[in-house]
Amino acid sequence: MRRFPTLPVALALLVVAAMLPFVMTGFRLFQFTQVFIYAIALLGLNILTGFNGQISLGHGAFYAVGAYTSAIMIDHWNVPFVLTLPVAGVLCLVVGFLFGIPALRLEGLYLALATFALALAIPQILKYFEHWTGGSQGIVLSKPDPPVFLRAADARVHLTPDQWLYFLTLAVLVVLFVLASNLLAGRTGRAIVAIRDNAIAAQAMGVNSALYKSLTFGVSAAYTGIAGALSAGAVAYVAPDTFNVFLSITLLVGIVIGGLASIPGALFGAFFIQFVPNWAQEISKAAPWAIYGIFLIVFMYVMPRGIAGSLRLAWARLGRARAGTPTGA
Amino acid sequence: MEIFFQQVVSGLATGGIYGSLALALVMIYQATDVVNYAQGEMAMFSTYLAWTMINAGLPYWLTFFATLVIAFVGGLVIERVIIRPVENAPILTIVIVCIGLLVILNSVAGWIYSYIQKPFPSPFSERPVRIGTVVFGAHDIGAIGVTLVVLAFLYVFFRFTTLGLAMRAAAQNPSSSRLCGIRVGWMLALGWGLAAMVGAVAGMMVAPKVFLDPNMMAGILIYAFASATLGGFTSPGGAVLGGLIVGVFENLVGTYVPFIGTELKLTVALALILIVLVVKPSGLFGRAAVHRV
Repeated sequence: MRRFPTLPVALALLVVAAMLPFVMTGFRLFQFTQVFIYAIALLGLNILTGFNGQISLGHGAFYAVGAYTSAIMIDHWNVPFVLTLPVAGVLCLVVGFLFGIPALRLEGLYLALATFALALAIPQILKYFEHWTGGSQGIVLSKPDPPVFLRAADARVHLTPDQWLYFLTLAVLVVLFVLASNLLAGRTGRAIVAIRDNAIAAQAMGVNSALYKSLTFGVSAAYTGIAGALSAGAVAYVAPDTFNVFLSITLLVGIVIGGLASIPGALFGAFFIQFVPNWAQEISKAAPWAIYGIFLIVFMYVMPRGIAGSLRLAWARLGRARAGTPTGA
Repeated sequence: MEIFFQQVVSGLATGGIYGSLALALVMIYQATDVVNYAQGEMAMFSTYLAWTMINAGLPYWLTFFATLVIAFVGGLVIERVIIRPVENAPILTIVIVCIGLLVILNSVAGWIYSYIQKPFPSPFSERPVRIGTVVFGAHDIGAIGVTLVVLAFLYVFFRFTTLGLAMRAAAQNPSSSRLCGIRVGWMLALGWGLAAMVGAVAGMMVAPKVFLDPNMMAGILIYAFASATLGGFTSPGGAVLGGLIVGVFENLVGTYVPFIGTELKLTVALALILIVLVVKPSGLFGRAAVHRV
């Protein structure tokens, strides 16, 4: 079977993505920025749930921590937006790692339970620290401006704030995707997957299961936190009730539809959770969630590997058909 | 001291409701090893059905029992149609299917009945009952009573009937039970039906206090999780007792720990779940799970 030409396809898509801001404006562009933000968050969740097999129903909490980190730094200390991203990442890494330690003792259902409780509790916690978070009013931000060299009168390229945010998000996305695929392709990645497939066998092979599991939790939270920080900039507003339990479920929907344990799956999932609810909304306010639910269940029955898995399968079939060997040989 | 007793009493009342939902969770967990995340939404949906019937002019108790029958059939059908195909799938798959069920029920309820809160009647008189200086709401006492009746009914059912014995056997050792002629698949479905019924009771008991809306169960579900975790996921009696303890604990913490108040209620439940899972994962009354390698 021929290998899928990953690199050329990725580069071609990147070129297309880089041209988008010059052909579409305003809300459309914002939607694509949001797709990339979701893709980063989904990749984070997928590292944990898809690759490492730890179920999290509470990743919206880390998204919220990232968003609030960024918003508070901008609002209280006037820190430039770009600098808040690594801070949000590191903070979520630490928070995720710490949450991962008690989570170590929890398997499967119990971990899902604890994280589900986290997802339900996070809006309350955010409202409680009113001095920092602005309570239920949230924090209103202004859209981050592009750096001076991109908006000065004599600059060669002028970018609007929307375009700047788009490119920033795209750049972060590319860096984080490359990092993740390197992480997962190597020794560490094999350990992460081995723990999912058979924790005891992995330990017998010398994998420090406890350390890897909490680290995976940390890295996963960091990805989702960075996505949250980016969303604070893109939406220019954070409020506790937008980070409710349904955000966490949305992220879960994204990785299931996109493809569990698949890196490009994060992108498919992100497109799905960004655009499908918009279409469904036209039927009824409740329709997006009904559709989410149906998709969740149907995908588990017929496409448990999501869109990415099905495409991979289709490519493999295509390869076999072209080579002239009967399928199943 | 008066405040203390008052808080304990109202804690017991809410605790009874947590307990009955926790009981439903534990029943499904014992029968099928599935933690049903949709349990709260199933209860919410049954309560909406009851609301529809009451609005159509049916008397309360007729509605009550009709709802139990509908909930039972609904639970049965959900198990047969939705859960059965993934029965032997990895845990992740089952969790995702349950979450799917949760959002479907939630949004369909919102679709049909809108997201506006609705009052739900209580079958008990509104006159408060006084014992000494402590005031009981009649509904609170009634709710505890109903929970205890349900628990007693389940105890008798599982302990003294052949069907109850068959269900326990099917949960404990499916292959041997099958060899004895027990239809294991149907026993699991029955378990879901019964749990849906218990959930419906919890829903109808809680709705007069929190008003009826599609999201009413989210907070209660997390407390039910906390109760089931505290009592132990393998112990039905423990789940109800856990519910009562959690209800009282929640009220006392809210009253006496100044920085918590009512705003951090859900966080208390989260902390409780985490602490129990880390310190004693099997809960107070549960058996420690032993895995065969």
